[in-house]
Amino acid sequence: MSENFFLDNPDLQFRLAQLDLREALELKEKGYSETELYAAAPRNYADAKENYRIVLEVLGEVCAERVAPRAAEADEEGAHFEDGEVTYAAPTLEAIEALRQAELFGAMLPRQFGGLNLPESIYQMMVEVVARAESGLMTVYGLQEIASCLEEYGDEETKARILPKFSRGEVSGAMVLTEADAGSDLGAVATKATLDEATGQWHLNGVKRFITNGLADVSLVLARSEEGSSDARGLSMFVVEKDETVKIRRIENKLGIHSSPTCEIQYNNTPAILLGKRRFGLMRYSMNLMNGARLAVGAQAMGIAEAAYREADRYSKERIQFGKPIRSLPAVSRLLLAMKVDLEASRALLAETASWVDLWKVHEKAIGEGTAPNLDALRARHKQCQTLAETLTPMVKYCATEMGNRVCYQAMQVHGGVGYMREFNIERLFRDVRITNIYEGTSQLQVVAAIGKLLNHSLDPLLAEWQAAEYPADMAAEKAILVELTELFGKAVDALKAQPERDRVDYYACDLVDMAVWLSCAWLLLRDTNVLEAKKPVARVYVASIAARVRAAGQVVLASDPVPLEAIPALLG
Amino acid sequence: MSDSRPIHCVVLVKQVPDTHNITGEVMTKDGTMNRGALPAIFNPEDLNALEMALQIKDRHGGTVTVITMGPPKAANILRESLFRGADKVVLLTDRKFAGADTLATSYALQCAVQKLGRFDLVLCGRQAIDGDTAQVGPQTAEKLGIPQITYAESIIEIADGKVTAQRAFDSGTEIVRCQMPCLLTVVGTANTPRPASVRRRMEHKLAAAPGEYTALRAQWPEFETDAALDEYLTRHDLKIPVWTAEDVGATEGSIGLAGSPTQVHKINFVVLESTESKTISPTPEAIAAMVAELVHEYIVG
Repeated sequence: MSENFFLDNPDLQFRLAQLDLREALELKEKGYSETELYAAAPRNYADAKENYRIVLEVLGEVCAERVAPRAAEADEEGAHFEDGEVTYAAPTLEAIEALRQAELFGAMLPRQFGGLNLPESIYQMMVEVVARAESGLMTVYGLQEIASCLEEYGDEETKARILPKFSRGEVSGAMVLTEADAGSDLGAVATKATLDEATGQWHLNGVKRFITNGLADVSLVLARSEEGSSDARGLSMFVVEKDETVKIRRIENKLGIHSSPTCEIQYNNTPAILLGKRRFGLMRYSMNLMNGARLAVGAQAMGIAEAAYREADRYSKERIQFGKPIRSLPAVSRLLLAMKVDLEASRALLAETASWVDLWKVHEKAIGEGTAPNLDALRARHKQCQTLAETLTPMVKYCATEMGNRVCYQAMQVHGGVGYMREFNIERLFRDVRITNIYEGTSQLQVVAAIGKLLNHSLDPLLAEWQAAEYPADMAAEKAILVELTELFGKAVDALKAQPERDRVDYYACDLVDMAVWLSCAWLLLRDTNVLEAKKPVARVYVASIAARVRAAGQVVLASDPVPLEAIPALLG
Repeated sequence: MSDSRPIHCVVLVKQVPDTHNITGEVMTKDGTMNRGALPAIFNPEDLNALEMALQIKDRHGGTVTVITMGPPKAANILRESLFRGADKVVLLTDRKFAGADTLATSYALQCAVQKLGRFDLVLCGRQAIDGDTAQVGPQTAEKLGIPQITYAESIIEIADGKVTAQRAFDSGTEIVRCQMPCLLTVVGTANTPRPASVRRRMEHKLAAAPGEYTALRAQWPEFETDAALDEYLTRHDLKIPVWTAEDVGATEGSIGLAGSPTQVHKINFVVLESTESKTISPTPEAIAAMVAELVHEYIVG
């Protein structure tokens, strides 16, 4: 039987089975009314879920059979740069061809543009499967938010021209935001957009840096359209279709994801199309892109961590020391246990987050179309879903990418010295995962994004819902602990909110976000025990592992001790 | 210049036990195989034949029709063919076909291909991994009265009613040109079969032969009766046609056991014992001696 990265992963299959997409799909599939228009459109909810299973099964096979076997080669060869031309490594090109043959591009695009009309939550599972096979390939396959952003805000002519090419896998996308002096601070972007008033044509001039998949045929470029402005409000978003005015000056020599070309791009009077409205470039469109990309990078870290765990699991069975496989030593099994539980906790949070993003997106679209009869109700629900999606997205990006780094670190520990050697996959995974908690906003920036929401009690509705739910009788002890910890979290939120010194809020924000992440994962795992007996030990181990840490973090936040901040001038100068 | 005329391909495929993955549990004590314990798969070289036909269609247009002769559950490989891009599939199944040797099988396939009507190329895998005879393709060509290109590895050109193909052997390759219609048997090195397409899998997930309706309705209770399901499948062109011996006009005496002159005379069970193993010491002399022995015994060479 052929290998399959979906069928060999019971937890991913469980997450798919548990995804409740009824509400989102009713809107997304327009009451399942497209079956006569498109043969692949689902007839009903069960049929839609079957379609998603099919997607993941096909992808799982392509990734296991065609992509993963050449991952080491893709890393070794890397993307090429010669005479101003960037080309993918041979294994990357072959992987793209296999994904194209399987018609797996255009995942989230509507069917009218040749897409598969998949929800975000399914797409994120796909990204995990791709990243498990080849981390760098995710940046080619996993940037489908670009097409989605174009679909959401682009003009009809541009959409009709470009989107079907995305669906056929003929073009890939890049989000071109960063510049040398505008990294985390995107408001400082200086690439200039000028409008020729006579023809209505925009042109771009400037240099962009660190552009993932910068060789893409279609780019969304953030540029300064308002002359004389110096902040975010002077920025607009532009669609650029690559031509001879777009020069790639170099590609970076990186620690990991070698198959993914990271480019420096120069725009020389490059014709561009304005996306949506002027001045909304950063606040609306970049944020839209980044919200999706943050989820995808979380899923990428999940996939790399899954691969790393499997390497460690296998090695610990084969490696004999002291006359027995090393996994029988508690010091090693402890590492494996931590990895496994960490993985399942993050996957639960990722699925939960993506399902709120789905609800947010389908409501946004339905309201935009304005044809639904109950618009007021839709608006209220939209607001609720958006708040939760925006709270959970930075949390899960932070959670999953830090988890990915932790798991790869632990997996290398299990390998011991050989894990440090090129011949072992963990060496590559360890390098590849490192970017995930840096790009699309560092972990520190995710904390900044999450803390504002948490201090506004945005997570409270979910925490209340989880507390009010029923759980199996033999999980009562865990529930009691989580109730206690949730109360502590509430106090910590109030304490930090009441803190008058801004620096102290920022300093202790990460402790509060940690608490929120641990609690959310723990509640979600507890909820899983209602449907799957095998989740009980997972939830027990997880709750036991976080309880003391949540209490400690709670104490730290409640105290918000000024000592470290006061010591900064003396210690750091 | 390639021919602009569309090319109509018929691909003959077989469902086989996965003999490449035989494990200890599959072999019985007397050395025979427990077929039930092996997964049934698409014969690998038939997948290469299907891929070649699909590439011809990609380049020249036309149609790809897939036929299999086998038990009702062989419909599985017909669905797989649809997922990969086949336009039409036919399940040739009848108790009367049971026990067929290669002669009776190729007669039945000839009848089915003729019933389809017009075709330019018939493609099949070089051989199946269960019987390993490599006879069905050539015999079918003979019975159809058309020329054949065996061991086809690639199509170089299709033009002016002729196909130019490269044949692959152990000792090298040969390029031949042949009048169409003709039959090709395709080797495993010909191509990498494309994966199933998700879109086609979604579109064809209900594709079924009538014998499968009960199972299908268990999965999709929305279809309350076989008739309702049949109506839906017919309307959406998802019903897999089933042809019997009578449907293809096969003569009773030429099919199944009755039409099979091949009789199994005797089966030798070769049970490899671990006592037959040899330990070679890791020295250059011992390894040289082992190689010499293997060459002498014609095991390598």
